[in-house]
Amino acid sequence: MQPQRLPTGGRIDRSKPLSFRFDGRKLEGYAGDTLASALLANGVSIVGRSFKLRRPRGIVGSGAEEPNAIMQIGKGAHAQPNLRATQVELYEGLVARTTKGWPGARFDLGAINDIFGKVFSAGFYYKTFMRPKSWWHLYERFIRASAGFGRAPTETDPDHYEHRNAHCDVLIAGGGPAGLSAALAAGRAGARVILADEQDEFGGSLAGAKRNIGDAPADEWLRRTVESLAALDNVTLLPRSTVFGYYDHNFLAIAERCTDHLPEADRAGVRQRLWRVRAKQVVLAQGAFERPLAFCNNDRPGVMLASAVSQYIRRYAVRPGRRAVVFTNNDSAYETAIDLAEAGSSVVIVDSRADGAGSLGERAAKAGISVIAGHIVTDVVGRRRVRGVRVAGWSGNPSYLVESSIHIDCDLVAVSGGWSPAVHLHSHAGGRNAWDTERHCFVPGEAAQANVSAGACNGKWSLRECLREGIESGRAAASRCGFEAPEIDTPSTSEGHYNPLQPLWRVPADAEPERCPKQFLDFQNDTSVADIRLAVREGYRNVEHVKRYTALGFGTDQGKLGNIIGMAVLAECLGKSIPEVGTTTFRPAYTPVAFAVGAGESVGDLYDPVRKTAVHEWHVAAGAPMENVGQWHRPWYFPRDGEDLHAAVARECVAARQSLGIMDASTLGKIDARGRDVVEFLERIYTHNVGKMKIGRCAYGIMLGEDGMVMDDGVMARLGEQRFYLTTTTGGAANVLAWLEAWLQTEWPELEVFLTSLTDHFSTIAMVGPNSRRVLERIGCTIDLDKDSFPFMAVRDAELGGYPVQLFRVSFSGELAFEINIDSGSALEMWKTVMAAGEEFGVTPYGTETMHVLRAEKGFVIVGQDTDGSVTPVDLGMNWLLSKDKDFLGKRSLARPDCLRSDRKQLVGLLSSDNTVLPEGTQLVEAPGAPVPVPMCGHVTSSYMSACLGHPIALALVAGGRARKGETIYAALPGREPLPVTIAAPVFYDPKGERQHV
Amino acid sequence: MLLIECPWCGERAETEFSYGGEAGIARPPDPDVLSDAEWADYLFNRSNPRGAHRELWNHAQGCRRWFGVERDTVTYRIAGSFRLSDGSDNREG
Repeated sequence: MQPQRLPTGGRIDRSKPLSFRFDGRKLEGYAGDTLASALLANGVSIVGRSFKLRRPRGIVGSGAEEPNAIMQIGKGAHAQPNLRATQVELYEGLVARTTKGWPGARFDLGAINDIFGKVFSAGFYYKTFMRPKSWWHLYERFIRASAGFGRAPTETDPDHYEHRNAHCDVLIAGGGPAGLSAALAAGRAGARVILADEQDEFGGSLAGAKRNIGDAPADEWLRRTVESLAALDNVTLLPRSTVFGYYDHNFLAIAERCTDHLPEADRAGVRQRLWRVRAKQVVLAQGAFERPLAFCNNDRPGVMLASAVSQYIRRYAVRPGRRAVVFTNNDSAYETAIDLAEAGSSVVIVDSRADGAGSLGERAAKAGISVIAGHIVTDVVGRRRVRGVRVAGWSGNPSYLVESSIHIDCDLVAVSGGWSPAVHLHSHAGGRNAWDTERHCFVPGEAAQANVSAGACNGKWSLRECLREGIESGRAAASRCGFEAPEIDTPSTSEGHYNPLQPLWRVPADAEPERCPKQFLDFQNDTSVADIRLAVREGYRNVEHVKRYTALGFGTDQGKLGNIIGMAVLAECLGKSIPEVGTTTFRPAYTPVAFAVGAGESVGDLYDPVRKTAVHEWHVAAGAPMENVGQWHRPWYFPRDGEDLHAAVARECVAARQSLGIMDASTLGKIDARGRDVVEFLERIYTHNVGKMKIGRCAYGIMLGEDGMVMDDGVMARLGEQRFYLTTTTGGAANVLAWLEAWLQTEWPELEVFLTSLTDHFSTIAMVGPNSRRVLERIGCTIDLDKDSFPFMAVRDAELGGYPVQLFRVSFSGELAFEINIDSGSALEMWKTVMAAGEEFGVTPYGTETMHVLRAEKGFVIVGQDTDGSVTPVDLGMNWLLSKDKDFLGKRSLARPDCLRSDRKQLVGLLSSDNTVLPEGTQLVEAPGAPVPVPMCGHVTSSYMSACLGHPIALALVAGGRARKGETIYAALPGREPLPVTIAAPVFYDPKGERQHV
Repeated sequence: MLLIECPWCGERAETEFSYGGEAGIARPPDPDVLSDAEWADYLFNRSNPRGAHRELWNHAQGCRRWFGVERDTVTYRIAGSFRLSDGSDNREG
């Protein structure tokens, strides 16, 4: 039973009935319906409640402009919130819920807000919820609960989404008469064309139109045109695809809905697809939006846009009302009146213009439709559904007051306040809009990119103009891409003559806007004429401010319906013209886009690339939990027999200090630097004297930004007269290489230096501990490893167990240690070789956590953990690294007054007065009892329990800290008394550094 | 998303590039002789024009070359790219 369905007509398939649920009610529609047309066919009038006042609301439009019919579609993880019922294709088993109103939209307890409507005026939230301040958390909960639109599913989205990059000569947004004509013209010229339209079928306003194009009915022209386009290999047709954003340099984004129109069980493959298109030329043909008029109670269910009423009748064979009043200030709504009459409804036209319409007026008269010219609808009777309208005579004067003398019974009010071109994409692209004083709308001004607007979105209302502009713009776009575009005749259409629109935005009423029933401008945000007037009285002048104060144009519809009439009302209140007031900024997205389509494939395992070392699988097999360091997965610790982090790290630390630890250090950045001028180059980069380094020796080097702050550090080695090997931090590898290249290429192109990243080519195995040399000897090394032949900070090429390696005697732990640099293809074998050879010494693999503890015990900093971009080498106590004999990047900055302050934060050690391991990031204060806000003198940067020392250790940056050793300051800890801590030297273990030299 | 012409590789999407700030900021040959104010000017102050801006870009996900671009900071239109090494300017016309 679909009481409002017409017996014949429409583009629905009556042989395919579909059942669906709406707020639990089981209803039926047909294939070809939208959810909105099916609801109207079933006589459903209330589809939601308004945002603030909770007034019952019905379907107003038939497309993207719909402000009221905002639905939750689908169930569970597949659900989508906040879809416009007017754009949801009906499918078998569709489940729709209204998103506003409690307990439901039909009966809503929140409707009491309407009775106190005077309280809920513009700026209500700002005025009411500010005091007392401490109540905000209560207010917020209430506001969020009552404002709520749809609910995002809480489960992980199980569907697949993808991104596709595309290039084309001509992208056409919108597949109505103009867009189709443009596609045909550009396609026949041979250009690569993409034609995208948000609906399931092409045609736009033509779908179901009862008129001829050439010698055939519009439907026939449509079918033939789409067939011709489909036959062209160079044309890509994208139905169900919204061009939602126009970005720089003709880059556009399209959201294609691939399977949302299918029953959930039938969906397979990609659900939605994001097209990222770089187009040489763009034709914008998205049409126009009809405007409402602001009369009293114009939001009652049953008040609809005239064009939407026509769409429902023509395309879906749904009659939205039996007794209709058409209220208009222009000719186009007369077509709706004729549609209604042909559908068997009784119709009265109330036309604000004294002389009525042109040719369409004659046709309406022939259809027996009575016209009350020079009159306006001032008010609507009925609450849950239109029951009638009140009508007044009006001479066109701009007063606020008239006297309503006529009452007309009706169940439908079809409104037309004129048309506004959809200038959204033109505006995204950076184009301005110009006010057209004849047609009373904003039309696209000069295009800011390679785009042109055609048809109704260029302010052209007649079908002939739309077809002509489409063909012209398509040909022009193709020829600008270098194609020879053949002439195409504009098909003939019969056009009548039109009487001009009468500018009318807010409609006079029987009382002032503040004293009459609300005259809504923005339905979704309950913004009325009185709200705009209030904002102006309170001093708001700029349209962007008024928007934010009154919420005009907010919400899921972004003011597609109400913005222009709202701005017209604002202009009137300010005594300015509409173009003087201007529009708010149009920003992407044109209609809401699901987060999932933005994410595309970049979710889960594909969110970010993972980098694994050559030994990774061994770490995994050994049961090591992984720590993410940038994109690297590094073993964190190697637990044995149910050990937790702390137990494992304690054991690993002791093993490394007493016998032998082994660590995979392959993630260090490695750069080969060579060339005629490499010494000069590195002298400028590093702070120490690079030229004095002997071949076969290593040095600890730091590099600074030009601001004097520590940027990166690492061991670097001189392998030859003009050849160096640089290591960087794991996280800094790519940045350092880019930094070095930047100086070489932009500042010092005269230097001949070649930089090559070796990070992935070589793996690094660190052998740490007093038994490391013994194990290397056992494996079999071709060089002498004793301390005189191979001293601390030396590097040698060697063969180790038959593998060619580069052997470094460097230490990040303070112990006797070696780093084996080996081709990554052999790294796993070498790791296993060391594990086997070290077995009798209890060789212990360790991960990043133990590495951190060992280095912190020695006071070795980690750039990015103990430094934060505001720390100089002097702050770290590294003056010994700063050469006095040369310039280097950042050196001059170290002499800036701020870098010379004695109260700069400096690196120190901290010892807590009990066994507390201070949380990293803990703020340090001088005096625990100082009045709030307590001045802070520093913070903890690294903090661990040291198993080797038997107590916790911490590194911290403390104001003037180096001169304060032995002093007590306080650590501010949440939930407990400030803890006294003692400032100490940052080296806790083997302060003389003897162990690494053995 | 900008479409940037790498002088070596041709037109590529912005995501392949990283930005390097204003072009033509020469490092002073002898920083020690500069006053604090002069050094700070080199370090921190940039012209930040409204309109044509010559700036550095790096084809980070491509050939790794640094080059210059003249871009309008209002319209984002790019007048052309130029190589730094030989000082030539490959802007059209």
